Amino acid sequence: MSGSTPSAGGRPRQYLGTRTGRRLWLVFFLAPATVLFAVFITYPILSALAFSVYGWEGIGRRGFIGLHNFVRLFATYPYSGLLVNAFWHNVVVFVVTMLLQNVVALGLALLLARGPWGTRGYRVIFFLPVTLSLIIVGFLWALFLNPIFGIVNKLLISAGLSALARPWLGDPQTALLTLTLINAWRWLGFPTIVFLAGINAVPDEYVEAARIDGASEWAVTRHVIFPLLAPAVTIIVLLTFIGSFNWFELPYVVQGVSGGPNRSTDVLSLFFYRMAFGEVDTGLQDIGIGSAIAVLMFILLVTVSAVAAVFLRRREVELA
Amino acid sequence: MSPPPAWGGTDQGGRPRRPRGWNPAIQAVLLVNAFLVLAPVVIMGFSAFKSTREIFQNPFGLPDVWRLENFSRVWVEAHFALYFRNSLVVTAAAIVIILAFGAMAGYALGRFRFGGGDFLYLCFLSGLMLPIRLGIIPLFILMRDLRLLDTLWSLILIYAASGLPSAVFILTGFFRALPGDLDSAARIDGAGEWLIFRRIMLPLVRPALVIVAVYNLIPVWNDFFFPLVFIQTDRLKTLPLGMTAFFGQYYTDWATLFAGLTLAAVPVVALYVVLSQHFIRGLTAGAVKG
Repeated sequence: MSGSTPSAGGRPRQYLGTRTGRRLWLVFFLAPATVLFAVFITYPILSALAFSVYGWEGIGRRGFIGLHNFVRLFATYPYSGLLVNAFWHNVVVFVVTMLLQNVVALGLALLLARGPWGTRGYRVIFFLPVTLSLIIVGFLWALFLNPIFGIVNKLLISAGLSALARPWLGDPQTALLTLTLINAWRWLGFPTIVFLAGINAVPDEYVEAARIDGASEWAVTRHVIFPLLAPAVTIIVLLTFIGSFNWFELPYVVQGVSGGPNRSTDVLSLFFYRMAFGEVDTGLQDIGIGSAIAVLMFILLVTVSAVAAVFLRRREVELA
Repeated sequence: MSPPPAWGGTDQGGRPRRPRGWNPAIQAVLLVNAFLVLAPVVIMGFSAFKSTREIFQNPFGLPDVWRLENFSRVWVEAHFALYFRNSLVVTAAAIVIILAFGAMAGYALGRFRFGGGDFLYLCFLSGLMLPIRLGIIPLFILMRDLRLLDTLWSLILIYAASGLPSAVFILTGFFRALPGDLDSAARIDGAGEWLIFRRIMLPLVRPALVIVAVYNLIPVWNDFFFPLVFIQTDRLKTLPLGMTAFFGQYYTDWATLFAGLTLAAVPVVALYVVLSQHFIRGLTAGAVKG
């Protein structure tokens, strides 16, 4: 805006105020970021969408085949079974994370918002694992959960619960749930801090007014704090959804690219990665199928993000 | 953030909440959770100083002797020195590019009104939502055609590009909020356009630069996906990718494994302990307003 005022005349060599001069400066400031973004983000994403309607041989592109890749993905063995299996696991991860991690986080945030002794220290401790790499977290817990030498089973046995000691990550019954809990251990501090900020943003007058009217502690939480927490909840639901459907590092590092044991931890990103770059044991690679999976995930993630954004904006208006 | 009162929390703005004091039930819950968070990290650290035999026999206690040989094996034999160097180079280069290009674009978008400006801003903003990993197949082919596969440049460029949306978003907002007559005054005094940006505007958005740097620092340092796809040569691996090779190689040697995990965690944890408030604010910047 400020640049639109042409600078004072009488300075013969200053060409800033002129139209072309200003345009050149704008190009100079904008070009590096724009080029980098266009080449390494926009172009690959648009190409990925286009790739799904072509035939592929290895990494070589063949002719246009319409929606044939999607038909193969949805209707032919083994792709359709793998797709449903992986998608279902993403759903399980999302639901379990919401019910366990985010509910516990909300509880912790409500406690911290009361300003107990040591709040500052607890905040720092709870958030610590969020900074650790998922590779460290995955390997660390894989060692702890080792069926023979790991400390988890050792603890269970010494507590007289040897019936519960089992190969948590090696049993298809428990592997996905265990992995989701490891993930929750790493992430718990994040929703806690977001909820805490949301609760602390509730104006003191609202809480005081409710108390003066004789509302109980629970009534204040339920009828004053929760409704005003809606934006924070929406953001956490959205981020949990994105995280659950992009889940890759933890299953890859702990269970391998095939989502073992027996595909019990296979998720969409692993399936996509195997189709794009080949599976170690079977050598199966299919870029057509991989691109079709990418398009499906893309549509899912963008749709949900857009809905959440609209929802958030509407809420903000209501609150204002 | 202003220092909190001796007891009682503060909200984001540093306003003291009504303090409630010391409630045993609340303390118990918070302490249990703090224990569940810290115990695995502490056990990891202790195990790094033990022998494998001692880890199996006495997994929870302090080490008998604080031996350092596990660390030297990890640092030299397992190439951690190289992995660290690569991670440092990639992260530093990516952050510098994100800050430089992001600040320039944010300045142009936040201070000037021009045709296509809003559209360009929205394009960058859409990058906050776009899952770039789904473009990995074209990206792989692009890197191959640019002859960047198996180089650190492939990582630097993709991290810089994917960090730009957040940088442009945060910095445009900050530049827009600066008073309008600042640069007009400088312009009347005859200052060049670059000088106005570099000497007058940029120093004023330093807090925003810190937020952008922290927001991108941890995800870039910890990233595993792009090295997995782009890097083959062992001596070019970053720390997260190098660790997978390391775990495959030493999988029975638990003392070395724990030393490797600890060594990999130390820089981030140390930085976090020093700058925890910046980290918490920076990493939740997308989700918490203000």
